[in-house]
Amino acid sequence: MRGLDRRQLAGLAVLLVLACALPFLVANYRVFQITLVLAYAIALLGLNMLTGYNGQISLGHGAFYAIGAYTAAILMDKAGWPYWATIPVAGAVCFVAGFLFGLPALRLEGLYLALATFALGVAMPQILKHKSIEEWTGGVQGIVIVKPDAPAWTGLSQDQWLYFFCLAWVLLLFVLGWNLLRGRVGRAMVAIRDQPIAAQAMGVNTAMVKSLTFGVSALYTGIAGALGAIAVQFVAPDSFSFFLSITLLTGVVIGGLASISGAFFGAVFIQFIPNIADEISKAAPWAIYGIVLIAFMYTMPTGVAGFVRIARARLARRRGGSTVR
Amino acid sequence: MSQHRTRINRRTALGAGVAVAALGGRAFAQAAKYGPGASATEIKLGQTMPYSGPASAYGTIGKLHQEYFKVLNASGGVNGRKITLISLDDGYSPPKTVEQVRRLVEQDEVLALFQTLGTPCNSAIHKYVNAKKVPHLLLATGATKWGDPKNYPWTIGFNLSYQSEGAIYAKWLLKNKPNAKVGILYQNDDYGKDVLKGVKDGLGAAGAKMIVKEATYEVSDPTVDSQILTLQGSGADTFINITTPKFGAQAVRKAWDSGWKPLHIINNVSASIGSVLIPAGVEKAVGAVTVQYYKDPNDPQWKDDPAMLEWRGFMGKYYRDGDPKDASNIYAYITVQTMVQILKQCGNDLTRENVMRQAANLKNFRSNLLLPGMSMNTSPTDFYPIEQGQLAKFTGQLWEGFGDLISTNAG
Repeated sequence: MRGLDRRQLAGLAVLLVLACALPFLVANYRVFQITLVLAYAIALLGLNMLTGYNGQISLGHGAFYAIGAYTAAILMDKAGWPYWATIPVAGAVCFVAGFLFGLPALRLEGLYLALATFALGVAMPQILKHKSIEEWTGGVQGIVIVKPDAPAWTGLSQDQWLYFFCLAWVLLLFVLGWNLLRGRVGRAMVAIRDQPIAAQAMGVNTAMVKSLTFGVSALYTGIAGALGAIAVQFVAPDSFSFFLSITLLTGVVIGGLASISGAFFGAVFIQFIPNIADEISKAAPWAIYGIVLIAFMYTMPTGVAGFVRIARARLARRRGGSTVR
Repeated sequence: MSQHRTRINRRTALGAGVAVAALGGRAFAQAAKYGPGASATEIKLGQTMPYSGPASAYGTIGKLHQEYFKVLNASGGVNGRKITLISLDDGYSPPKTVEQVRRLVEQDEVLALFQTLGTPCNSAIHKYVNAKKVPHLLLATGATKWGDPKNYPWTIGFNLSYQSEGAIYAKWLLKNKPNAKVGILYQNDDYGKDVLKGVKDGLGAAGAKMIVKEATYEVSDPTVDSQILTLQGSGADTFINITTPKFGAQAVRKAWDSGWKPLHIINNVSASIGSVLIPAGVEKAVGAVTVQYYKDPNDPQWKDDPAMLEWRGFMGKYYRDGDPKDASNIYAYITVQTMVQILKQCGNDLTRENVMRQAANLKNFRSNLLLPGMSMNTSPTDFYPIEQGQLAKFTGQLWEGFGDLISTNAG
């Protein structure tokens, strides 16, 4: 296991300073967009744990995003909870849901698991509309959430405050995720992905690790859903169509499988590329989106994070070479 | 005006007075007032449309609007100002609508929003635009909740609302079949309940006696066969069918095949010949009744109608990509005409307040693509532009309008 060297730590510190300065440099509407990017980044890290590190493909993570969002919305709207208290609950609910879904799904490998999760993603909008839970979910109408005000002492706008709130969660979850993935559990996850039989022979409890990975992955995605819902101030079944699940998977692959920093690149992609596609063509925005997607996959087959890694390695080699001479 | 007057001194007062009287229009122009998104040369409007996603068939509405404004701008615009419509894709996804509308309001600073499409999408921005005091005009959705001037003074819908539609059926029944025994099938969600409320409110006290049975279904149900049999078994002789297309087709077929054959009222959502009546079998729907409020592009009786010819000319010359059989293109033409009317009424006071005032001040505005005799009216307490419709009977080939226009104030 390798920690961060001093240069990398310094780089992260600079990034953090930039992240803190950002909401004061751009308009509130941009701050709102970047807040959504942060929420997506958390979801993508969650999905990446499952798909990138553990090798289980999920086509239904939009469902966990929806559960997280609805948990936050219902707690705020029906139970009158403060927004900040709903986030851990959303995470916990999704952890349980993910773990329970992971147990039977364990028997399914590869494509079969993909289809089972696909079913979950497709079913979720309809489940949310079901009349037995309509009293809480608001049916097709959804739930409108009141946007939280910043505490008076900060002097921040609502958007700026939410940005920092999300940023705090990003920091917490990424540090935890970094520790988890670089540690014993992370190695077990990768081992199961690459050599399941060998992993079992080494004493890894395959079933437990896979289920837990599913649970933790859902937890991350659920927290992201809750943060996203609070930022958007509205949840409805139509917000969490099956396309969301595909979007999340796209983000993971574009950002870079089995890469922590890739979550940010992927999040930027899924937030902004559809807008750019819409600017280019109203007649076929999805065709433009598809072309961009293919272009990315051709030029950066290991995702943006992989591309950055390769570029840095080349740069370092060249620099190293010149100092020797 | 008052500003203008304070500037002139006593000596020129008389001459200026004459000048003002003579150049009334010019003087008025000097007093022009502009809110965000408006200037002496341009008016910026914004909208979100589902150019991608599950509802992308409706994207044609936004495309027609843009072509219309292009043509209008080429001939001088409105009161000398060009109209810029910034139309953004939201993929029918509410979070995206919020994002795009915030862009329109905070970055592009549009004067007003026009025809944002979809009930969930508009629900997501309802509070926001009212808090920001941005005119949220002529929404492309049939929900009744958009006409609520007390709580949402910046939002005004367009479509004949679901409740109005239900009330029109009720009114017609009360007049023409007061002894009807009514069976109702409705989709168990806010849309179904919205139409149902219109029917019940319209029937009033008589409703308790007339409605003999109500049945519901879920969108996830495979069929509505058992519900139809229940309604048939209740002895109802009139069937109000409040369903979405798939279930509409099932209901039409079952109500015929079971031998029930009641007077069949099909709500507008399921009145499509192509997606409901043909799959069900057109012979099974002969005599069914629905409501219309604008001219059907496929109805031969409007073949040589001047307004229809004008519309067809527009479609052929400026919007070739659009389908001249698609009723959405008629709808879009009417809504954009209405928007232009509101802007015309604003004159040179292009503040958001005045736009809203004028949107709530449509007086007998006629678009010739509406059914003959129809007009739009709004007031500070009435935020429903369309409150009239005409019933139409299915002949086996097309919907044929009959009877007078029926008005409602049901909302």
